[in-house]
Amino acid sequence: MSKHRVWVYGGNVNTDVIFPGKYTYTLKTPEEIAAHALEDLDPSFAGQAQPGDVIVAGCNWGCGSSREQGVTALKYAGVRAIIAESFGGLYYRNCINQGVLPVICTGLLKRVRSGDEIELDVDNATLQVSGQRFAFARLSPSVQAILDAGGLLPMLQRRFSA
Amino acid sequence: MSGYTFAEKALARAAGIAAARAGDILDVAPDVMFSHDNTAAIRRIFEQIGAPGIRYPERTLFTLDHAVPAPTTQHAQNHAEIRAWAAAQDIRWFEVGRGICHQVISEEALVLPAETILGSDSHTTHFGWLGAFGMGVGRTEMAALWATGQLWLRVPEALQITLTGRLQPGVTAKDSALRIIGDLGMSGGEYRSVEFVGDGVASLSVDQRPVLTNMMAEFGAMNAYMPPDQIVFDYLEARRTREYTPLYPDSDASYNQRYTLDLSALEAQIALPHQPDNVAPLSAAVGQPVQQAFLGTCTNGRYEDLAAAADVLRGRHVATRMIVIPASAEVMRRAAETGVLATLIEAGAAINTPGCGPCMGNHMGIPAPNETTISSGSRNFRGRMGTADAPVYLANPYVVAASAVAGCIADPREFLA
Repeated sequence: MSKHRVWVYGGNVNTDVIFPGKYTYTLKTPEEIAAHALEDLDPSFAGQAQPGDVIVAGCNWGCGSSREQGVTALKYAGVRAIIAESFGGLYYRNCINQGVLPVICTGLLKRVRSGDEIELDVDNATLQVSGQRFAFARLSPSVQAILDAGGLLPMLQRRFSA
Repeated sequence: MSGYTFAEKALARAAGIAAARAGDILDVAPDVMFSHDNTAAIRRIFEQIGAPGIRYPERTLFTLDHAVPAPTTQHAQNHAEIRAWAAAQDIRWFEVGRGICHQVISEEALVLPAETILGSDSHTTHFGWLGAFGMGVGRTEMAALWATGQLWLRVPEALQITLTGRLQPGVTAKDSALRIIGDLGMSGGEYRSVEFVGDGVASLSVDQRPVLTNMMAEFGAMNAYMPPDQIVFDYLEARRTREYTPLYPDSDASYNQRYTLDLSALEAQIALPHQPDNVAPLSAAVGQPVQQAFLGTCTNGRYEDLAAAADVLRGRHVATRMIVIPASAEVMRRAAETGVLATLIEAGAAINTPGCGPCMGNHMGIPAPNETTISSGSRNFRGRMGTADAPVYLANPYVVAASAVAGCIADPREFLA
């Protein structure tokens, strides 16, 4: 069980507003990338996000480009988990491969506002806000293993150093 | 027990197993893996893995297409790193000007029916037009593919789209893609294999088919598929260097949704700002002033697209700036040979180096704040073309050309009579 501050956004939030394409070949470090997180959606986010924050959003979070910096930007801005009604498929994979927890949870969006606190219990696949509990589906074991390793890169580092 | 979808068959093949079902998580070994201008960034991730080198150089490709020729020193440095890495790892790659990855790999027949191709680009769904399984991946995933030749994939559920009839003059595959996305929404194909079927598919040319499979990226699809027929086999015959056996879904395959579109009844469509599923009949936007018309991209930069624009522009002159970027050198050469290019230039269009151009806001046509663009591309998200307050409308190439002539969004039928 862990507690997190929430940032709430809507549906169909796409990777162009999460991390604009014009920066994709010029910004290199995760810190540089994080400074532009959600730039065209919520200019206040990058300056105010704190380690441990989570995002709650509507359907199809992260649709559009496959650009992985859409996850990198949020991860290095401090985001621990993204809870959405559904995800763009490539973004969902990028989350797991970068060790950011993606949670698919319907019904939560209407019950929560930016700045609220949410309790996340990954072991029991539940979350709680304002006394209301929501269950979410567990990841399959092989996918959970990637997340538990911290992402695809640390998992491969272990494999190649063994 | 029902039969298998294309995705189930293709991914079982790529995983080297007898059969797979939707929901299964497989380690898939793609036949082809490619990256573009993001190759240098992928290399930086790859070097952290600790692998000795690229596992299957012969299955790996690089293209330079996203910001070509280099607009800044930083982009030039990026390209230089990619060229050096290709040489060091003995990877086949395509130089600035050859074209956009999806178009070039199709023209070179480097992926064939039934094969699996993973690319670090979301429009990798494109390759479904050849009857291949194409899916986009992230940079870390591509680094993992370089290191191991494998990647975990969840076999997607499937949605079947039946196309019937034949398109009317001035209406293109772009309009069918917009209509599908408009009807079912941007998440309509979410994490699914979109499998086309029907006599409407057979009616589409080799330049029209990829428009649909490409734009299924805007539909949330993992991959898209069209059953390859003689038109595809003929296209590949003079280009390919290896054998293939096409793969078709079973007639009793399990689809969790079915949708039918009658191409004969379809009119020109337009995606209004700022989402590709904000689709309306073209008439809803006619008269909207535009300051820029852009014809190009992996979605709509092929020969027929340029020829469509030429049909509108012949003997006319644009009223607003028009940027034309062929999807490949092959497209550009053919347009030069047939006179299409001359028609575009005489009409006042600016022709640029084959590549992605301003589609994702790198260069070659970034709009000023409050300028409106009509584009043949596939995305109109806020800021997509590099400027946040610059609305983008998406339409077919006839509409783009007609709007350039009129200075506002226009119905091309007035110009085609």
